[in-house]
Amino acid sequence: MGEIRDMMGTFELFQPMELEGALDLLRAHGSDAWVLSGGMDTFDWLKDRAKSPRVVVDLGSIEELKGIEANGDGIRIGAMAKVSEVATHPEILARFPVLAQAAEKVATPQIRNQGTLGGNLCQDTRCWYYRSGWPCYRAGGNICYANAPNSLNREHCIFEANRCVAVSPSDTAPALIALEAEMEIQSVRGMQRVSAEEFFIGPGTDITRMTVLQPSDLLTGIHIPGTWAGRPSYFEKVADRKAWDFALVNVASTLDVREGVIYEARIVVGGVAARPLRMHRVENAIAGRPINDETLEEAARQAVQGARPLRFNDFKIALTRNLVKRSIREARA
Amino acid sequence: MEIQEILTAKRTVSRRAFIKGVIAAGATVSSASYLFRGTEVAHAQRAPGAVERLVTLRVNGQDRRVDVLPQETLGTTLRYKLGLTGTKYGCDRAECGACTVLVDGETHYACSMLTHQVRGAEIVTIEGLEGPNGELHPVQQAVYDETGFQCAFCAPGFILAMVAMLNENPNPTRAEAAQSLSGNLCRCGDYDKILTSAMRAAEYSRPTA
Repeated sequence: MGEIRDMMGTFELFQPMELEGALDLLRAHGSDAWVLSGGMDTFDWLKDRAKSPRVVVDLGSIEELKGIEANGDGIRIGAMAKVSEVATHPEILARFPVLAQAAEKVATPQIRNQGTLGGNLCQDTRCWYYRSGWPCYRAGGNICYANAPNSLNREHCIFEANRCVAVSPSDTAPALIALEAEMEIQSVRGMQRVSAEEFFIGPGTDITRMTVLQPSDLLTGIHIPGTWAGRPSYFEKVADRKAWDFALVNVASTLDVREGVIYEARIVVGGVAARPLRMHRVENAIAGRPINDETLEEAARQAVQGARPLRFNDFKIALTRNLVKRSIREARA
Repeated sequence: MEIQEILTAKRTVSRRAFIKGVIAAGATVSSASYLFRGTEVAHAQRAPGAVERLVTLRVNGQDRRVDVLPQETLGTTLRYKLGLTGTKYGCDRAECGACTVLVDGETHYACSMLTHQVRGAEIVTIEGLEGPNGELHPVQQAVYDETGFQCAFCAPGFILAMVAMLNENPNPTRAEAAQSLSGNLCRCGDYDKILTSAMRAAEYSRPTA
């Protein structure tokens, strides 16, 4: 056996049993601390030595972060609920199928058995230049390796490039934004709730983070209101492989259709910007219209207004147009 | 010792059995320090409240006491500390599925979970499938009868994924089996035979009326 490169660097491992313990540890260790949930994002970073935290706080022993339960007319999903639990939970399947469908499309059975919903939402971007540890803007440097003349950027963004061109990798995030979910964030300062849409941030807001979470914050739960339960919805993920792949583009939609006319719609596209993008212009354009070819054409036109492809990803424009159309036409209760 | 005796002794112990014997017999102390060299110094000053290193794992129905580093993955513990080399390392990046094991009946990648995350869980590796008298598990028998694999490096992971699949869905269609086994890769490209084995395994696992 030659040089062992895949052994992770050394760290102190803490497995608090209670949320307070975890929050205290995060406050005490600040940016030296790394939060571990399922680990499907974490271990790549640590094995590659691209990140070397001194302290790892494993949330796996905290019972209050697990579980999926009814909450008023909606549900609360603990941040540590496994992706496989979300994909197969009877109430989610019955009332919020768009989320179950998105969770079912995440990676592979093994990863869904270990990865958590919170981890799927908080995972870092998959830009391979960044993940290889290159000193790019997102890593605190002053260059983007993915947007140089010969860069391989087929998977990168078509919207909201701002020095960084990385994209949001999550499949469940668009579904949660479409369902008007709220993120429950706890820190030693207390608890706050942020809409799923505002939870994700682009490089224009903070180039080193994907979410509003600060180093000592924890995403503890996801609240889904009853608002969109049982309404027509649609999820689709387009990737190069049928399994185990991140989305090139994914789309989630929820519609409120009354007597054949779209009363209100929420349409969210992932894989096209650093955050899951809510298609406000499309939603406004189709509100008050019947679902017909004319409406769909207008939706497609609005969906890609302002899109700017990189050298190898202009296919994402046609893909986005078609997925947005389909998410309206094929939405089913 | 006479030369003839030495030759005989050599022949009776296969290389694989010898290596596994060495690991199980406690030579791990030296091999572990080789594997994890350079990590000990930092651990001399362990932070208060951090995990204990000596843990008990429940593997294949047995309680095994083992000294585990905080950053050690389950696959490393199984292979290099417990001598259970049936669990294979392919990519070490949760991409190939060769290291698939069952944790409380669910498939997991042993390369991508910390051993400390599975304390108290029931772990089953490929070594734990055989019956008390060494008889093959129905899934193993099915793979054997269908010659499901070519090089078979991926076989332990695939077989455990099949076991988990059949526990959940005893009568899968071929498409459902492909979906359930989508977390495992075969570089020989034997997927057709592997799926045939999975269907045969479902047949063997049904209770005979």
